[in-house]
Formats: sequence, C-alpha cells, structure tokens
Amino acid sequence: MIPTPKVDWLALAPTLALLGASGVALLGSVLVPWWMRRFFSALIAFAGFVTAGVFAAIVFDETANGLPLLAESFTRDRLGALAALIVAGAGVLSVLVAWGDKRRDHVGEYYALLAAAGAGMVFFVTASNLMTLFLGLEWFSIALYILCAMDTHREASLESGLKYLIVGAFGSSILLFGSALVYGATGTIGFSEIAAADVGDDVLLLAGLAMLIAGLGFKASAAPFHMWTPDVYQGAPTSVTAFMSAATKVAALVVTLRLLVVAFPEQADLWTVAIAVIAIVSLAVGNFAALVQRDVKRLLAYSSVSHAGFMLIAIAANSELGARALLYYLIPYGAMSIGSFAVVAARERELQAPVTLDNLGGLGWERPFLGAALWVFMLGFMGMPLTGGLIGKFYVFSAAYEAGWWWLVVAGVIATAISLYYYLGVIRAIYLRPAAELRPAIAGGSPPLDPPLQVAVFLSVAVTVGSFFFVQPLIDLARDAAASLPF
Amino acid sequence: MTTALIVLPLAAALVVWMLPLPGRAAGALALLAALAEVTLWAVAVGQFDFAQGLQLEDRHSWFSDLGVSYHVGFFGYSLWLAGLTVVVCTIAIAFATWAGGDRSRGYHGLLLFLMGSIVGVFTAQDLLVFYVFFEAMLIPIYVLIGVWGGPRRLRATATFVIYTMAGSLLMLAAIIVFGLSQDTFSLVDSGVSSNDWVFLGFLLAFAVKAPIFPFHGWLVDAYRESPPEVAAILSGVVSKAAVYGLLRIVIEKFPQPVEQFQSTILAFATIGLIYASVLAFRAPDIRGVTAYSSMAQMGLITIGLFSLNELGINGAIVQSVAHGLVSATLFLLAGMVELRTGTSSFAGLGGMARGRPVLATVLMTTGIIALAVPGSVAFAGEFLILAGIYGVGWGWSVIGAAAIVLAAMYMLRLISAVLHTARGRDVSEDAPDVRPFELAVVVPLVALLLVLSAWPASISERSYLFEQQSEASP
Repeated sequence: MIPTPKVDWLALAPTLALLGASGVALLGSVLVPWWMRRFFSALIAFAGFVTAGVFAAIVFDETANGLPLLAESFTRDRLGALAALIVAGAGVLSVLVAWGDKRRDHVGEYYALLAAAGAGMVFFVTASNLMTLFLGLEWFSIALYILCAMDTHREASLESGLKYLIVGAFGSSILLFGSALVYGATGTIGFSEIAAADVGDDVLLLAGLAMLIAGLGFKASAAPFHMWTPDVYQGAPTSVTAFMSAATKVAALVVTLRLLVVAFPEQADLWTVAIAVIAIVSLAVGNFAALVQRDVKRLLAYSSVSHAGFMLIAIAANSELGARALLYYLIPYGAMSIGSFAVVAARERELQAPVTLDNLGGLGWERPFLGAALWVFMLGFMGMPLTGGLIGKFYVFSAAYEAGWWWLVVAGVIATAISLYYYLGVIRAIYLRPAAELRPAIAGGSPPLDPPLQVAVFLSVAVTVGSFFFVQPLIDLARDAAASLPF
Repeated sequence: MTTALIVLPLAAALVVWMLPLPGRAAGALALLAALAEVTLWAVAVGQFDFAQGLQLEDRHSWFSDLGVSYHVGFFGYSLWLAGLTVVVCTIAIAFATWAGGDRSRGYHGLLLFLMGSIVGVFTAQDLLVFYVFFEAMLIPIYVLIGVWGGPRRLRATATFVIYTMAGSLLMLAAIIVFGLSQDTFSLVDSGVSSNDWVFLGFLLAFAVKAPIFPFHGWLVDAYRESPPEVAAILSGVVSKAAVYGLLRIVIEKFPQPVEQFQSTILAFATIGLIYASVLAFRAPDIRGVTAYSSMAQMGLITIGLFSLNELGINGAIVQSVAHGLVSATLFLLAGMVELRTGTSSFAGLGGMARGRPVLATVLMTTGIIALAVPGSVAFAGEFLILAGIYGVGWGWSVIGAAAIVLAAMYMLRLISAVLHTARGRDVSEDAPDVRPFELAVVVPLVALLLVLSAWPASISERSYLFEQQSEASP
C-alpha cells in the first residue's frame, strides 16, 4: 500500500468539472458527427461552467475558514471560491455569446479550450505558493493564446494570438524571474511562509516583488503593461474577448490581492505606493487612449485598462474595505464587460464587418433591446445610477479615502469625468445620430435570431442593474471572502 | 407613500417602453400615469402636517457597512417642490401627447423617468440616494435633448452633460468624504461639518445645476435646443434640485463655511442676477429671454436662501414654485409660437395679438406675473426675499430691487415683440389662435399661478420651519 496524501476533492471540484468538460468537448470533436458537433461542444462547455459554479458555491458555503491544501500549494477559502464563482459566471455568459457563432472548423477545440482556460483560472485564484501561481497562470494563458488565434482565416486573429503569446510569455517570464528572486531571498515559495521568513527590506526580495507585480499587471492589463490589450481584444474572436475581459481580470486581480496581502504584509508601505502609481497610470492611459478610438472593441479594450486602474485603487487601499470593494466591483464590471462585447458580437454577425462607432449608428432604434442593453452597460462603466458601476466606484473611492489616499479619489473622479466623453460617444452613436447620417451596411436580409446571445445580454443587464439594488447580499459575499485574507 | 410617489412614474416609464402601443396611445397612457401621480401627491399633501418636520418617511437599509440606507421623506418645502414637479411634468407630458412627434413611446417613457427621478431628488434623506436621483435626472435629459432636440442639439447635450457631470463628480467625492467622516450617509443622522473643501464640492455641483454665475455656460444652448416641454421641465423643475440641495445639504450641514462664504456667494448670485437680466433684455428670441430670466431668478432665489433667515428662505421657496410655473408656461407658449411660425426669434415675430385673443391673454398674464407685478405670487416671493436679505445688508436688497425693474423691462419687451408691433415676416395671417387642447394644457399652470397670487401664504407659511431646523442642528 503506497501512502497517498489526502486530497480534498471538493476544493478541486470546480477545476475538475471544467477539465472534464474540456476533455469531453475534445473527444466530441472527433467522435460526434459534424452536424451536431457545435451544439454538443457548446452544451458541454456550458454544463462545465455551470457545474463549476455550483461546486464553487458549495465550497464557499462549506468553508468558513481557509484551509491550506496539499503542502500549502493551494488554499480552499471563500476568496478563491467567490472568484471561481465569478469566473464560472463569466464562462457561462461567454458560452452563450459564442453559441450563435457560425464557426465551422475547430468548434470542438474552441469550447474545449474555453473550458480549459476557465479551469486554469479557477485553479489560479486558489494558488497559495509561487509554483502553483505560475502553473495556473500559464495554464489559462496558453489556452487563451490559442483561442485568440482561433479564427485562422482572419489575419487580425492570428496577429492577436501571436501578440498575446509574445507579450504574455514575456510577462510570465518576468513573473517567473520574480518568483526565483523571492525564493532566493526567503528560501521558500509558500505565500504565508514568505511573510513568515521576515527578511525585511532585502533588495533581492523587493526586486522579486516588483517583478511579480509587473507579471500580474500584464495579465490584468494594467498600464504600463497593457500594450497588448487593444490589439488582442480587437483581433480575437469577440466571444473570446468577452471572456478574457471579464474572467482574466477577475483572476489576475484577485490573485494580485491575495499575493500582496498574504505574502508581503511587511512591505505594504512599498507595494501600496507601487499599486497606486500603476492605478493612476492605468486610469490616465486607458481613458486618454479610449478618447480617440473609433473601433468599438479597441475602445472597450482601453476602457478595460482604465477599469483595471479603478480596481487597483481598491487593492492599494490594503484594507478589508478595499478587498470588499474589489470583489464587489468585479461582479457588475464582469457583467457589463461581457454584455457590451456580446452586443458588439451581435452587431458584428449582422454586418459581417468590424464594429466601429460609425456602423454602430442607429443600433438603438433598429435593435431596441440590444441598444438599450448597451446603453445600460455604458452607464454602468460611467458609474451612473441604476447600475452596480456607481456602487462599485463608491466603494472603491470610500476604501481609498479611508486608507488615506485622498489623491487617488481625486484621480478617480477626474478619470471618470474624462471617461464620460467616450462612453457617451457610444450612446451618441446608437441613439443620437440623425437618420440621414446613417448608412446601414446590413449584409443582407434580417439578422439571424440569436436567442442564446440575447439571454446572455439579458443576464448581463440583470446583474448590472441587480447589483445596484441588492448591494447588501453581494457585499456580504465579498465580506466573507475578504475575511479569508489576513488584514 | 413617498416611495409610491417615486416608483409610480418609474414603473409607468417601464410599461410605456415595453408595451407596443401606437404613438398617441403611449402618450395617453403616460398622461394617465402622470395624472395618477398628481392625485397621489394631493393625497400626500392631505396627510402632511405642515407644523412638523420630516414626514411620510420610508427607510430601509441599503448596505450597512458604510451606513447607507434608502431613506426618503418630505419636509414642507420639499413637498411643494415635488408638487411643482408633478404638475409641470404632467403638463409637459400632456403637451407632448398633443404635439405628437416620432418615437413617442421612448419619449414619454423618458419624461416619466425624469419625473420620477426629480421627485426622488426632492425626497432623498440619504446622501447616496440623493446622488443617485440627482444623476438619474441626467440620463433622460441627455437623450431627450440629444434625440428630439433642435439642429444644434449634439453640442448642447455635450456641454450640458460635461458641465453637470463635472459638478456632480465633485459632489460624489464630497459625499464620500462627508459620509465617511460622519460615519453615516444619512442626512437625518449626520451632524454638521466645517470642512471647506467638502462644502465647496457640494456648492459647485449645485451652482452648476442652478445655474449660478459663472457656471451658466450650458444654459442657453440646452434651453434653446430642447423640445419646448423638456425646456419647461429643465428650467422650471430641474433647476430646483439645486435649491433643495443648497437648502438641505449646504445650508443645513455646513453652517460655519456658509457663514464664512456668505458674502462671496451673495456677490456671485447678485452679479448673476444683474448680468442675466441684462442678457435677457438683449436676447433675440423668446427662448433666450426665458432662459436668461430663468438664470436671473435662480440668482434671486440663491440670494433668498443665503440670507439665512426665515423670511428669505421661505421667499426663496415661494419664488421657486412661482418661477417654476412661470418659466414652464413661457417655454410651452414659446413652443406654441414656434409651432405656428417656425421661429422663436423676435426678428420674425410680432403682431400676434391681432386675431389671437387667447394667446395674447395667456402670454400677457404669465408675463405680468413673471415681472412680479404687485399682487402676483412672484411679487410675494421677491418681496420676502428682499425683506430677508435686508436683514443681512441693505445694499443687497437695493440691487435685488433694481433687478425687478430689469425683469419688467425684459418681460415687457418679450410681450410687445411677440404680441404687438407690426406683424412679423414669419407670422402668417392665418396662423391659428391657441387651440382648445393647448389651452387645456396651459390653463392649469396659469390658474395655479393666479391661485398662488391670491394666497401666497399657502406656501410661505407652510414650507421651511426655521426654528425647528436650527434647534435640530445646533
């Protein structure tokens, strides 16, 4: 009898569910006849994300206190479970968005990779040592590299995949280098052991910390590590962009929070400043660059950079309120982000062309539901009432002010003011353009009905608006999750 | 009760948006909902005891860790402001229903949404709730002007939104600082603050909304490019959100900074009053005159508020209601004139009184009330304001009185340029008089003005309880 370590299968269940879905979808691409392959693999991926979400909810419910597992390589706690839940939700919505895609080849692989990326993220957010951190990061990144390049007939998609691969690999290697330096300084890779090693302001450790922040910054697309974002978001298939913009951000930011708070409490006075500076640069770069975009996907890409800035403000607060603010913010942000890319995807399928502010014109009157939904998402990004975006910003600013970062509040307010211009630009395009100016370039006939996509948009609107009215339950979730961090 | 007043128009807006009704039917449904809202408001007045402070409260915790709750209720003065809102918005919806126009469902839904959020502003007793409604007003206004406005509407909406959002974002920062330092965002539970920066944040937001000189850059474009009924709501009601904010937040929560900045604020308000009056006298069209007169009146109302005594504040409330009704009527009349002549520019107007007795009577009555002829409600309001500010310094009331003379000048100029003089080139001989339905829309406003003229004390003695307020916040 060989002694085996005790494995907590429940903690791994979300990851395993998605891995399983990935495997079944892959098998399906060989075994299932072509005419039902698309339906089959989409259904499997959908079921995988739903199952993962259910398991994550169970883990959340049953884990009052965090437990380190498998020689502290990962943690079963509510923070990871909540993040996994959000990732799973984003995955469900992305599958719905992708459903109506008229993809003919590689459809099984597409959904298999989507599920695999989800599995990687769900694992990544529970990582509690530098090795599993890197493993999770590469796991979902590699899946995403391929997904971005999936539309092999489109040059932009190939370019997107290649750019993401090169820049992403650069980011990962910086992260790995940083991990090595931290290991060199402390002789350990576990998050809590790094904190316990207590080596003070060792140069090696600080260099490693800086590199870790930079590496995670690449994934969160925070400026100045955002260079890949607009090109990749623009070129990747829109359903993939939707998934990346929400799920990757959730994973990267939650892990950043966990890593910094658990492993580097001693260096908090340094990394809070670093994060604050990155936040401000992200706000500036994201907002100013978005002002001049005409392509809607690029515009949303820069907008996601600026929102990374807002969420980093919450991390910089380095307080429980800040963690709560971040976790709350991620929920409406994820919904708004997927929802707006879903509308873009619908318009793209209708026009068979990239969506710009020009050919978005009149959407609000032609497609009342999609138009109104996009309106809601833009209001949410702006932080207007009746959307969770307002409450998210309110929490983030409150956390920053309470932590004494009043100038971060000022920067956030100014950034919000600037962002109005381009978000209103989208609303202007869909509602305000005079009829004479509109030259609809419909590819032919009325657009195909796409109920799954409509459902995804509807759910996103429901989350965006619902998170405004039901703040308390969401904040309770966020509080429980934040309680697993040692503040 | 209060929640019902807020939710009814919002819910009706959703219904109007969703139901696939033809244009007129959607308008009729909206009008029905608006009339129900007026009835509801009348019931609320019936239940209200004007000798007491906050009433008809609804309070539910929204999120507890930062101490934010959904808390709404009425004071005497906010009940009047809400009444102004429901009346003017109902009239505006009626006018829009009559005037027709395309995309009627969207239009009427937005008007109802606007109505609900303005009522929300006047009832908010929690800072975040106030901010939510204050911002929510912007959403329908942006689309209403942007889609249904005049030829230069895109510029008008952009200017309007940038001005007001810059103000409100400052307010958001101020709210956060104020709320966190007080440990609650409730306007009822929080004490006073002496933080100058927070004070200025709030003040700026309301100064833009009012507008108070020199933050009036958005004013003329927005009022000129809006559809007439939207301009009526904007100048008549939306600007009063600033009055509520100044009174409920700035004056009550920041007594020390208010005292410190009183002369500065009064100086800006007075400059605005005189400057806007002169501009109104120079404006080349009905809308321009009404827009600048609106700004002048807001200056006067601000003077009343910052006299910081009972006379001045109650005068400001009376004047708010009076000006709301007057300016809504004037914009609707401008709309009617534009419908007949295609212009509101004085260059093409004139001589419209001949053969159009009803138009002449209505415009004349409103104009005379607007110029504060003794016996009118506007006179009552201005008198109270001037009497109030006399207690602060006689110089202010002299300037204020001078502005009344200016008001007479620009209103008489407007009346004569539209009704008298030679027949303008855009006025065709057979342009009809005011039609019965139009009359039905305007008469309630004018009738209300006349009733209030006969009995201004109905408001002035039932609005701001000065003693109680100053006891409550020592």
